[in-house]
Amino acid sequence: MLLRHTPKEISERKGLTINPAKTCQPIGAMYAALGIHGCLPHSHGSQGCCAYHRSTLTRHYKEPISAGTSSFTEGASVFGGQANLTQAFNNIFNVYNPEIVAVHTTCLSETIGDDLPQIRKKAIKEGKIPEGKHVIGASTPSYVGSHVTGFSNMVKAMTELAEPTGKKNGKVNLIPGWVEPCDMEELKRITDLMGVSTIMFPDTSGVLNTPLTGEYKMFPAGGTTIAELQSTADSTGTLALGEWCSADAARQLDKQYKVPCTVLDMPFGLKATDRFIEALRTLAGVNVPEEVMTERGQLVDLISDMHQYFYNKKVALVGDPDQLIAMTEFLVSIDMCPVHVVTGTPGKKFEKRIREITADMPYEVNVKAKGDFFLVHQWMKNEPVDLLISNTYGKYIARDEDVPFVRWGFPILDRQGHQYFPTVGYKGGLRLLEKILTALLDRKDRDDTEMKFELVL
Amino acid sequence: MGAAEKLVQWDPTDIKAELIKKYPPKVARKRAKQIMINEALENGTPEITANVRTIPGIITMRGCTYAGCKGVIMGPTRDIVNLVHGPIGCSFYAWLTRRNQTDPGPEGPDGENFMTYAFSTDMQDQDIIFGGEKKLATAIQEAYDLFHPKSIAVFATCPVGLIGDDIHTVSKQMKEKFGDCNVYAFSCEGYKGVSQSAGHHIANNQVFRHIVGENDEPVEGEYKINLLGEYNIGGDGFEIDRIFKKCGITNISTFSGNSTYNQFATAHQADLNAVMCHRSINYVADMLETKFGIPWVKVNFIGANATAKSLRKIAAYFEDQKLIDKVEAVIAEEMPEVEAAAKEAQAHTDGKTAMMFVGGSRAHHYQELFNELGMKTISAGYEFAHRDDYEGRRVLPFIKIDADSRNIEEIEVEADETRYNPRKTEEAMKVLKEKGVKFKDYEGLAPDMDEGTLIIDDLNQYEAEKLVELMKPDIFCAGIKEKFSIQKLGVPMKQLHSYDSGGPYAGFKGAINFYQEIDRLVSSKVWSYMKAPWQDNPQLSGTFVWE
Repeated sequence: MLLRHTPKEISERKGLTINPAKTCQPIGAMYAALGIHGCLPHSHGSQGCCAYHRSTLTRHYKEPISAGTSSFTEGASVFGGQANLTQAFNNIFNVYNPEIVAVHTTCLSETIGDDLPQIRKKAIKEGKIPEGKHVIGASTPSYVGSHVTGFSNMVKAMTELAEPTGKKNGKVNLIPGWVEPCDMEELKRITDLMGVSTIMFPDTSGVLNTPLTGEYKMFPAGGTTIAELQSTADSTGTLALGEWCSADAARQLDKQYKVPCTVLDMPFGLKATDRFIEALRTLAGVNVPEEVMTERGQLVDLISDMHQYFYNKKVALVGDPDQLIAMTEFLVSIDMCPVHVVTGTPGKKFEKRIREITADMPYEVNVKAKGDFFLVHQWMKNEPVDLLISNTYGKYIARDEDVPFVRWGFPILDRQGHQYFPTVGYKGGLRLLEKILTALLDRKDRDDTEMKFELVL
Repeated sequence: MGAAEKLVQWDPTDIKAELIKKYPPKVARKRAKQIMINEALENGTPEITANVRTIPGIITMRGCTYAGCKGVIMGPTRDIVNLVHGPIGCSFYAWLTRRNQTDPGPEGPDGENFMTYAFSTDMQDQDIIFGGEKKLATAIQEAYDLFHPKSIAVFATCPVGLIGDDIHTVSKQMKEKFGDCNVYAFSCEGYKGVSQSAGHHIANNQVFRHIVGENDEPVEGEYKINLLGEYNIGGDGFEIDRIFKKCGITNISTFSGNSTYNQFATAHQADLNAVMCHRSINYVADMLETKFGIPWVKVNFIGANATAKSLRKIAAYFEDQKLIDKVEAVIAEEMPEVEAAAKEAQAHTDGKTAMMFVGGSRAHHYQELFNELGMKTISAGYEFAHRDDYEGRRVLPFIKIDADSRNIEEIEVEADETRYNPRKTEEAMKVLKEKGVKFKDYEGLAPDMDEGTLIIDDLNQYEAEKLVELMKPDIFCAGIKEKFSIQKLGVPMKQLHSYDSGGPYAGFKGAINFYQEIDRLVSSKVWSYMKAPWQDNPQLSGTFVWE
């Protein structure tokens, strides 16, 4: 057994986290920043943070992840990181020449109290930030929230660039949340189909799924442009997908520039996608086109085709709040039973939402925010499940407990395809169902006796 | 890349100038000292600047002190609970990501193995404000109650040093409280030093101070050695252990691949220390010699010929004909398969070129394997090495100790009152030295590289891209962060930290794996698909349907 020391008996832990179901803020900020066109993310801390985030993102996306670091030394940690950051600006604009540098802090620079806005002001004064170039900053202390919080904080920081012209642009701001580049592409396809003109930010499609051509571009063609980000103040409204990932930025635009915001769940599965389409329809005043109706019908059709294998199957889920809320709802909607749901990210609201979604189920759900993989494993030992859905780290539990496993979430370090095959929207729903069914039936084919083994399933 | 382009000749001086052209003057001056054009001088090689601060904003390959301490040195020991005191990230990123394999060995599948677990105090803002010592003590207690490990190691992350949590005192108190669990701490905050290297040193110090020599129960076996600086990435250590076993050599403890607490605790019983990665572990080697009288020799098990040479060195040290004969017999048995595999690969690899920028020893060691493939290393360098790793230990007395290095503790070690026992007399050591067994010696990377090659310390992303563009190597080796920017250029990239899920590459069987892997990479058809067929001839010459 790989996790042979995990006991079935659950004891309360006050100081010890084991096998985390979250990581720290800066990596989320780095991922979000990559969704701005021509942007170099910059980690204001010791260089290990940047190295770890770049490594993890590279392992997940299988793409180059460029980011700078202030490379704090012991001296900088005592005297402050201002000199390091201004020097970094100078080097970055001279050597890599990005359009924009998106700085995020770390536990190191936060603990010593470095003041990003003040450092930026000084750097501009000293001419370290060339005219026409941009610098935004997000405070992302690792000891608050999680990687999801960091993502949200950087997306919120993007609204610093918004510049109202007084004239509406007729567009809808769409904040997709922490989803895959292909999901962002799929969201754009859906809004195009609907005939809704959007500004989506961040947008990592075309940045973290680039072609292999023999040419390396540090700043590929994709990403939300600065002009688009400036224009977000003029949009007719903002759709924020995911309370944890996207709502803060949307509320900021609402508060500051009176761009009305609607916060939705991430459009994973049937019902959340229905609400997304409904919101697009009403916000932009358009009719839902036939193509979208067909896609919806196809998803319903597949649910019906596969239903016999899903019915009453117990599922354990580990992941990030916005994804889990939508996924739990999707599972309930196809008559599966999400029995254990854990996120590492804090938020009592998460537990409440999951309880609401599962309120009509004939069992009481085990749900925990600020939980970890160790806890969900213990729950699974006490109440076994038929399926585990989580990031790659779940595979150690899946193997030990011999449970079918679907990889979904961040990070996925041992399989590929998540960059290319979306799971949002109706079409993404097909992909999720296919993954779940394959896991369940591969297991059935493995376990069935020779007498029971069947050709047609 | 086309054959015509390959003929372009380059001059190292021009390349160097090109690499630093775009930098602001101050950066250019600093980088110029870290880029050395290799040449053989009367007393060695030219001087290179190394182990100096990374330049802020320059996209470096380097990681931090915590990564060197927890990730590299302490990560691969299976029965120690490694508890990271800090916000969650540091623990998360070092969780199973280094591909250290472990074998529960005689304890069987139920033996202790905590390597699949990540333990953290997950510090929150109130811990930063009010101090995290209480939470740390609670976490240690909870780990003890849950797992009853023989040992718990505590690792500091950046904020811990800043807020002044005394992790050493907390650990000491918990150790005393438990009585049957050795608890100790590592002050390996990420901002210390200039790279992972400082973390290696800190880990070496604490392992030596808290574990080595703790167990005097005699270890049975002939020709007892420790293998220092081998981390069992992709099973390298398993292959080396297979060879040792076949030769009859007893490896008491590997630092730290596939290791256990007790192996460290009994390491002082070895009669020789064989040092693989000089950079990460030479401190323990020196301390074992000073305190217990165990000499060390540099070995390298990367490359079949290097493996044979290292085995012969160990055999020569023990001066026993039985071992000398056995080692020769093993080499004779293993080499034919290796040579056949090399020959097969050479059909595609011979005459090709490689670059490698990795670690503190691999950029040197792997040149052996490329040589065996008939490939030339045209540029190489380390990520976190010191001058001695480039120029050899002869430069040690001349290395300037700067403020960043001075902050890393040097522990004072003295000969153990009862257990110090020089394994060889001075006379015997002298005779061995004359026979070519050099003790406490590493000649570094530069003397093994050709005249005119470029040796570059702390290579960064910009320079890597430039180098590939200008020198067009057939393969480039570094780490995961560099992998895809190089491959986007159409050049195969091999990870020499994690081996791209491959390995082992050490020893004889590993050499065969490596030959096949490099053959695969340089022969892959994918590199010919960069351009679509119509891109070669973009002019339209259509016909009309009514023609």
